[in-house]
Amino acid sequence: MGHHYVLRVVSALLIPVILLFALYVQFHGDFGPGGGFQAGVIFAAALVLNALVFGLENTKRVVSPSAVRIGAALGLLLYAGVGVATMLLGGDFLAYSVLAATAIGGQHLGILLVELGVGITVTSVMVSLFYNFAS
Amino acid sequence: MVEQIGVFNYWIVIALMMTGLYVVISCRNMVKKIIGLNLFQGSVFILYISMGKVEGGTAPILASDFTSYSNPLPHVLILTAIVVGVATTALGLALIVRIHDRYGTVEEDAIQNLDREV
Amino acid sequence: MEAHLPVLVVLGPLMAAPLAVMFANARLAWWLAFLVSIACAWFAVNLLLLVQDGGAISYELGQWPAPWGIELKVDRLNAIVLTLVSAMSAIVLPFAAASVSDEVAPDRTYLFYTCWMLCLCGLLGITVTGDAFNVFVFLEVSSLSTYVLVSLSQRREALVAAFRYLIMGTVGATFILIGIGLIYMMTGTLNMADMAERIQATSHLRPVQAGIAFILVGIAVKMALFPVHMWLPGAYTHAPMAVTAFLAATATKVAVYLLVRFTFTIFGAELIFGTMQVGMPLALLGGAAALVGSLMALSHGTDVKRVLAYSSLAQIGYMAVGIGTGMVLAFAGALLHLVNHAIMKSALFMALGAARKQGRDDTLDPLAGAGRRMPITMTCFSIAGASLVGIPLTAGFLSKWYLVVGTFERGWWALAILTIITSLMAALYMGRILERIWMHEPDAGTPTSEGSWLMWLPLVVLAVANLYFGIETEFTATVTLEAARELLGGWKP
Repeated sequence: MGHHYVLRVVSALLIPVILLFALYVQFHGDFGPGGGFQAGVIFAAALVLNALVFGLENTKRVVSPSAVRIGAALGLLLYAGVGVATMLLGGDFLAYSVLAATAIGGQHLGILLVELGVGITVTSVMVSLFYNFAS
Repeated sequence: MVEQIGVFNYWIVIALMMTGLYVVISCRNMVKKIIGLNLFQGSVFILYISMGKVEGGTAPILASDFTSYSNPLPHVLILTAIVVGVATTALGLALIVRIHDRYGTVEEDAIQNLDREV
Repeated sequence: MEAHLPVLVVLGPLMAAPLAVMFANARLAWWLAFLVSIACAWFAVNLLLLVQDGGAISYELGQWPAPWGIELKVDRLNAIVLTLVSAMSAIVLPFAAASVSDEVAPDRTYLFYTCWMLCLCGLLGITVTGDAFNVFVFLEVSSLSTYVLVSLSQRREALVAAFRYLIMGTVGATFILIGIGLIYMMTGTLNMADMAERIQATSHLRPVQAGIAFILVGIAVKMALFPVHMWLPGAYTHAPMAVTAFLAATATKVAVYLLVRFTFTIFGAELIFGTMQVGMPLALLGGAAALVGSLMALSHGTDVKRVLAYSSLAQIGYMAVGIGTGMVLAFAGALLHLVNHAIMKSALFMALGAARKQGRDDTLDPLAGAGRRMPITMTCFSIAGASLVGIPLTAGFLSKWYLVVGTFERGWWALAILTIITSLMAALYMGRILERIWMHEPDAGTPTSEGSWLMWLPLVVLAVANLYFGIETEFTATVTLEAARELLGGWKP
């Protein structure tokens, strides 16, 4: 991709914007369309664009395959961990209301953490799929 | 008669479903089978989402001016089903890549012949 | 702790699987899988003791009350299947530790056990949930992990078998999804208990009947009922031996459980057997499955793994016949056969795996004369084989007996006689194999000694179970008859 100047310049400008947009979609799942899966895929799309334009090796240096493997596991553990935390705090599995002082606050916090877990796992899985197919 | 045309979303669902199923069953190429599978799953998504629409209802986000909302539950169900579809497609394609490495082809008849020779 | 049992059964493997991935160590992954299986078996036995008098335990996820939230519901039928699946996982894992090193690449072994735990999580989730869509989610979790487990063998036929299994399994699961959608459209609920109430009012409407048909066909694909069984012979034959032993004991059994759950708890015997007349077609397909399975098993004399795979088709056919008759005795026989088939088939596969691992040449038959060289393993194989045929004093006898007597009671003479004839065919093909093991002279491929204790200890446990449940039949008979009576709810043909 060395001689595609337009692609390289535009990608370099756009990739941070895509990542920011992914963060926006992640945290606005409560209030509008969005949430963990969508945000994870957009995040992964930014990384895939990076790999396509700047080379797979470069992207692997930024987000290494073992980081991606650990990320996938970490997201799922976060999700299940929130459930275990609610059980330890006295409620049932994934009863977010017990997580904070008020029920509504607990619901917000619970969903936020759970969607974060989903987002991390989905990003890692999508990127690792790309790494496996591309090599 | 108007009723038959009014439920056109279900006609589309059936058309897509049968097309997808036909592609899965009849195509000998493995990649085409995965494409057919995706068509088939896509029809199911449309079935769920189109059934969730309430006539005159708005997007299911609480707002003071609206009393009638579309049903948000099918959307959540389909999100799960889409993720499942993505995972299945990824797994299918990964299997195809490895089959191509080991057999040199992704046509089912050729693979059956190769297996029979052994 | 006790209040959270239903969710702990699913949560355990779900949390252990990512831990196995994070540390990427095969030994740790095996230990995680084994300890989690033992823990789940412990939880399941506790649940069984809590519900054995007939009560049901309900657990609301997220403390959302029942029809709106996802509910986990454990009753007698559930608890039996939960115990079976987790116990089989714990029993087959030591065998897997010994046999997997030949069949799975060393750098992928931790992934093998991760998928094993995810499969266990999915199967236990299907069993414990009380929400129809949750069934689909866990079904896909277990199915996807199963496709990966089948494909991890280093032989290339396993990849093709896994692909075919993927295509057929996904079509089946999507059918179940369509059926759930149609019924949700007409009843407005996904909770199983709520659906059971609401569906009675709408059961004459076509979308509901179409939805029921879709669900039943989808479950038939997952159960490998004739004619949508084509994925099973390939998947069982080419998968790693530990995977075959585990899957033969669990995956199709959970699908049969799902059939029973949907047919009797949600739709009701009156709707399924009376209005929609599903009983006879189901039993006929079961009979056809038994016939086709037994004929194919007879014709594949040399490849024992393939013979056992086709034999599984026949056994699933028997279960379908038992459910289709709608008689308490035959239905109890089907439920009993569900448990019996699990313990006998996995013992057969594990014994074969032990012989193949100890055998000195991959191309030669390891079973010729193996009775003298591997007495413990082959005795267990023979006991499990006798149970498969249905010889008295083994567990298989009681379930076959109930099935045949129940089918005769229903008046379907032809099917009952077909069951007896196919059992005789089973005696033929098992007899052929047993003759090779005990009567022939050992040849170049025969193993020279018993395998490691990891391989024969699970076998001994299962063989003892077969004999124990064959001799001491009081407990299993009463539990299954009670469950059958409760599920049929007094419906008579």
